[in-house]
Amino acid sequence: MSATVEAEESATPQHRSALRQFFGSFLLLRESYIGMVGAALVIFWVVMAILAPFLPLYDPLETLEPFKGIGAAAQDGGTYWLGTDHKGRDILSRIIWGSQRVLIWASLATVTAYIVGMLMGCMAGYLGGWVDEVASFLANVLLSFPVLILYVIIITYLGASGVNIIIAVTFTTAPIIMRIVRGIIMDLRTRDYVSAAQTRGEPNWYIMLVELLPNARGPLIVDACLRFGYTVVAIATLGFLGLGLPPPAPDWGLMIKEAVPLGSFAGHTMILPAIALSSLILGFNMLADGLREISLRD
Amino acid sequence: MSDKGQEAKNHQDQQPVLECKNLSISYYTRAGEIPAVVDFDVTVYPGETIGIVGESGCGKSTVAMAVMQHMGVNGAIVGGEIFFKGRDMTKMSADELRHLRGSEIAMIYQEPFASLNPSMKCGEQLMEVPLFHEDITEKEARDRARQILADVRLPDPDRVMESFPHQLSGGQQQRVVIAMGLLANPSLLVLDEPTTALDVTVEAGIVNLIADISQKFNTAQIYISHNLGLILETCDRVFVMYSGEVVEEGTIDSLFTWPRHPYTHGLFGCIPLPTADKNAAPLKPIRGQLPLPHERPPGCNFGPRCNYFVGGRCDAQAIPHEHVEGSAHDHFVRCIRAAEIDHEKEAPGADPKPPMELGEQVLSVEHMRKYYELHDNSIKAIMAGERTKYVKANESLNFSARRGETVAIVGESGCGKSTFAKVLMGLETATDGRVVVEGQDIAYTPVRKRKPQRIAALQMVFQNPFDTLNPSHRVGKQIGRVIRRFGVEQDPKKIRERVFKLLDIVKLPRDFYYRRPRQLSGGQKQRVGIARAFAGNPAMVIADEPVSALDVSVAAAVTELLMDIQREQQSTLLFISHDLSVVRYLSDGIVVMYLGWIMERGTTEEIFSPPYNPYTEALLSAVPIADPEVTKREIVLEGNLPSVMNPPKGCPFSTRCPRKIGEICDNEPPPEREVSHGHVITCHIPIEELKEVPPVINVPSDEERKHRKQQAQATTD
Repeated sequence: MSATVEAEESATPQHRSALRQFFGSFLLLRESYIGMVGAALVIFWVVMAILAPFLPLYDPLETLEPFKGIGAAAQDGGTYWLGTDHKGRDILSRIIWGSQRVLIWASLATVTAYIVGMLMGCMAGYLGGWVDEVASFLANVLLSFPVLILYVIIITYLGASGVNIIIAVTFTTAPIIMRIVRGIIMDLRTRDYVSAAQTRGEPNWYIMLVELLPNARGPLIVDACLRFGYTVVAIATLGFLGLGLPPPAPDWGLMIKEAVPLGSFAGHTMILPAIALSSLILGFNMLADGLREISLRD
Repeated sequence: MSDKGQEAKNHQDQQPVLECKNLSISYYTRAGEIPAVVDFDVTVYPGETIGIVGESGCGKSTVAMAVMQHMGVNGAIVGGEIFFKGRDMTKMSADELRHLRGSEIAMIYQEPFASLNPSMKCGEQLMEVPLFHEDITEKEARDRARQILADVRLPDPDRVMESFPHQLSGGQQQRVVIAMGLLANPSLLVLDEPTTALDVTVEAGIVNLIADISQKFNTAQIYISHNLGLILETCDRVFVMYSGEVVEEGTIDSLFTWPRHPYTHGLFGCIPLPTADKNAAPLKPIRGQLPLPHERPPGCNFGPRCNYFVGGRCDAQAIPHEHVEGSAHDHFVRCIRAAEIDHEKEAPGADPKPPMELGEQVLSVEHMRKYYELHDNSIKAIMAGERTKYVKANESLNFSARRGETVAIVGESGCGKSTFAKVLMGLETATDGRVVVEGQDIAYTPVRKRKPQRIAALQMVFQNPFDTLNPSHRVGKQIGRVIRRFGVEQDPKKIRERVFKLLDIVKLPRDFYYRRPRQLSGGQKQRVGIARAFAGNPAMVIADEPVSALDVSVAAAVTELLMDIQREQQSTLLFISHDLSVVRYLSDGIVVMYLGWIMERGTTEEIFSPPYNPYTEALLSAVPIADPEVTKREIVLEGNLPSVMNPPKGCPFSTRCPRKIGEICDNEPPPEREVSHGHVITCHIPIEELKEVPPVINVPSDEERKHRKQQAQATTD
């Protein structure tokens, strides 16, 4: 036997920290053109949102001079780079501050929906039986409503506020996430490492959260990017319908809505926030596509 | 076998069906060009069967794909030629190739279910072949299809014609696939591991059929397998591949009797042949592992793992594939030192190991039953009042194991061996009977209600190396969790120390602590799985086919490791397997199961010699043995494994039993008959009659072997 002691020797050891590994996999995005463009768009808006307080911007709520065109000179010597809206507020400032709001509320809403959806999906997928039946039934009921109607019902019932947007998004999105997670978990739970955990008497929560959930992360990360984009759409839609964050806070959906009647003579007040909104959503979708592309390779 | 060899020689004056000359194939990936096959030469004559044997990643399937000219987008032939009946295939157009495939060359894959279209009836799929390639009417095509199904010995061709693939068993499906391959009467049939997904007794039937094909249809065949035993039973010539190269080729006779390449030799040392013994003559695993295609060493690819490696000679230049002095004229070896090495003299036999002392009884299973309840909610079932159906997974199991003993549970799929393991582990509870481990009945205690010490005392090694470790966590964490969980240690530092020690025991470097499972090879993962099972100092370990998914040389190392640890820790090992040769090698006692019943149990010698249960007899005959000297009585079972949902009323084996004595077998469950103490046969046939049965496997003694070898040598010279 001694000849086999060093059997199956191995490649160089790699101790990489979790953080470096994360960035390492992020660098893989270089291989996907679409993913790179998506990441650039998303990062652009994230940076804008973070820098909003430090940029030399006008107050987004202050009434300056109404209906100024793109690049018009301001009275105080400054420039309205993107013009002003019907109430005389600086559009550039409103778009950048709006990006901060939409990103904050969209992340909170998506994360909440994900936590609820993952927990339900884990329980339904791993425990099965009546837990699965109840959870799946609830999901089916929620999914049978048209999303928009569900939003309107929830917001009109609870009132328009940031927290209620989170609740509305969770109600509409968590069932979808639950279904995805449930499917993945049902596939994973027959693996030998799960049996190994079971045979050493691990509690269910441990098996679900430690053994199963981390292995579902691949498809979930891709889905989370898409879902994030959808949530941005949802928040903008609610804003457009007047059910979003209460005015006069800068909200992209609301900005578009307010500008619609004025579209014929002050088109830029409508088109500019629309471009901002589309670019962010497009960014998330392309990022998701890119991630999927590189995950399918290898 | 020898007349087969003669036959092969007579082909020399015919035109070869296939000729590969200096064939080299590469794949293009992220890491650049990866040479998969280098310098491959083969000539196949009509009616000849060529075997290609090798471990995973050696390029054997790539050769098959090249012959079909079907290598995917990233594969390409980078050198050499392939002639099919004198025409260069590499220069053919896509249209010409399409006509060749299916009509002149047919391929049969490993997974029969994946080869058939699940939404079409088998008959229609078969008819497609002649309808596409020939100008014939539908009726003629149907007759041809029906005829070919009869030719592959499917018992009821008309029914099969009208069946969808899912309505057939695995063996039947593979027969349909073979029939489809033969339908256009191809000149060349390529079989890529055609029986790997099948059960042993079913495999025996298919192997038998394949061996007949060449005679009946005069079809040339290329048979790809990792199993030397199967190659021996089916082929005329063998090619042993290693890391993209053919390292040795020869007729079955000369290669199996006088293997010349150290790798071929090593392979034979890794297979548990009937001559191997876990104490007196243990397996000799090949050290190291297969080099990655882009990390091949200079010179001989096998160099770093070879015991006869000489620096400066073996790694100086590419090694030619040559005829060696003293072998048959058509025996070639890719080894510079082949003529110098005297394997018989120099072969350093692995050191014998002291036999285990068996201690007190640790496990006792008494009349254990496990039924699964199924609820049938169809209207028909409700009307008939039969809403609850039982799947009898285990039917009255009786056996015991002592400390330090290795007991093997052998059986084909659906025999209930995994269900028994689940009951033992506490993932299921028994329906009836007792399972006593160290004096305590655990048959009805699910794992969550067991005490940590009790759980730790009973651990499991799993089958699939790619599944056994959680891909998200580091190796050290996974072993450490077990130690903490079982209360062996609590202090994180001590846990770490203990994990390091366990890694030492399974012969893995300590920095594997920080590795993630995807950085490990299959054998390494399985070693970690073993370390995990032994982390809590278990009294008993259940190994569920722990090496069946590993390559031969790796499997040998893992098997030996498992035995060494068991020896050291004095654990009882329950070894679940379908492979009788491994079982014969390592177990003290054997339990043979079929459809939930124990058909026979006893010590290893008792099981392998008469009296046999008729099922054991068939099983013994079905296992391929890679030793041409060993002769077997051929017993090929008719029919398929019955479904567990609907087992026979009497003896479970009555539907396929060649020794069935009458109605009693169909209607009454067989009694347990004790042959001697501990050797029990479950059968209606009286023991006296079973004792008259001649042995299935005949292993010649050493003198006989020597004598035969000398005789053979004389004839070849």
